[in-house]
Amino acid sequence: MLELKNLTKQYDTNMIFKNLNLTVPDGEVLSIVGPSGIGKTTLLKIVAGLETANAGEMFLDNKAVSVSEERNTADIGLIFQDFNLFPNYTVLDNVMLAPITVQKMAKDQAKKLARELLHSLGLSDKEKLFPYQLSGGQKQRVAIARALAMQPQILAYDEPTSGLDEQSTYQVAEIIKDLKKEECDAIGDYTR
Amino acid sequence: MAYLLEILPSLLNGLQSTLGVFFVTLIGSIPLGILVSLGLRSEFFTIRWLLNGYIWIMRGTPLLLQLIFIYYGLGMMGISFPRFEAAVIAFIINYAAYLAEIFRGGLQSVPKGQYDAAKVLGFNKIQTFFKIILPQVIKIVVPSVGNEVINLVKDTSLVYVIGLGDILRAGNIAASRDVTLVPYLLVGLLYLLMTAIVTLVLRNSEKRLNIWR
Ligand SMILES: Nc1ncnc2c1ncn2[C@@H]1O[C@H](COP(=O)(O)OP(=O)(O)OP(=O)(O)O)[C@@H](O)[C@H]1O
Ligand SMILES: [Mg+2]
Repeated sequence: MLELKNLTKQYDTNMIFKNLNLTVPDGEVLSIVGPSGIGKTTLLKIVAGLETANAGEMFLDNKAVSVSEERNTADIGLIFQDFNLFPNYTVLDNVMLAPITVQKMAKDQAKKLARELLHSLGLSDKEKLFPYQLSGGQKQRVAIARALAMQPQILAYDEPTSGLDEQSTYQVAEIIKDLKKEECDAIGDYTR
Repeated sequence: MAYLLEILPSLLNGLQSTLGVFFVTLIGSIPLGILVSLGLRSEFFTIRWLLNGYIWIMRGTPLLLQLIFIYYGLGMMGISFPRFEAAVIAFIINYAAYLAEIFRGGLQSVPKGQYDAAKVLGFNKIQTFFKIILPQVIKIVVPSVGNEVINLVKDTSLVYVIGLGDILRAGNIAASRDVTLVPYLLVGLLYLLMTAIVTLVLRNSEKRLNIWR
């Protein structure tokens, strides 16, 4: 469960949001909708620890998490608006790298996990390709696999359906629905 | 032909010093250059200021002068190094300055999103640098570093001024002793051979790095 209390963020004098409160219960999907520039990405970055907030509190499963410092923890997965795949690694390595490097998972085990994830996302035949050889929707699915490989408690998903055709949008929606079953909460943002 | 065989041993002897300076400089200046380029991004003003000063001096004065300063100048002040050591110290600190500028540019061209992606996956700073940032920087800088490496092949001839017996010195001795241009031609050929090998190695690594974009 994720809770944000009285979260406030401003860039210099530009107030992005003030006293924002929200709760994402276990197994729930919360969508944040709003026009471009409203602060959706900023909010997800704060939640994921890439940005600091000026005030407010955050609780992850009732444990306080500082929002005044940046964090490098994998408890919250973030799928970026522009994916940010690692261009120098193959699809398979993109997914395996964090479990091996950060969690010190054995290589064989990480490979197995990565292959399972890629398989469930329909990317089995792409594992040897590099990110530049993928379509937008494929890149997005690799980004999902990469985030899921770290088994995050919360998956924050920036613009899950932007730039996707109807078919891929449907696939992404299915993936998010499946996540609910696997006890990973999700928050996503959508431009309207 | 017989004459070539006669002078070849002394040239090859000189080649050893030349290659020694070349390789030791490469091995020393690349890591130092990377460190300096990271220091240039330090949050401490003093560190950035000192490193910028160092780069300014190294790039703003001739390598020849630096070489003379380290061997003869420091020698006068009681800090003396053997010739080879003096040569590689001068070369390493000079080349590291040029390489640092190149690496700095490379570091700047890796998008911030790469650092963000590594961070949300839990990578620490060292893991991020070695697994994600450095490989991308290397790909960006290989062509410019390659230029510097080719310059280095030829710059090694500057050690002549501190009396280190490099290939140019060996050629010069033979030429003035036997009153002939042949040793110079041979020296020129050996430099061409070295730069050709360096060029091939560079082409090869560029090709290997081109599997991803
Ligand atoms: N690093 C920054 N420094 C200053 N202002 C910033 C910074 N990052 C974002 N902003 C500002 O914060 C506001 C919110 O940006 P954000 O990226 O969160 O919008 P968004 O809701 O995700 O928009 P979009 O739907 O276009 O992605 C914008 O006005 C933007 O200019
Ligand atoms: Mg956004």
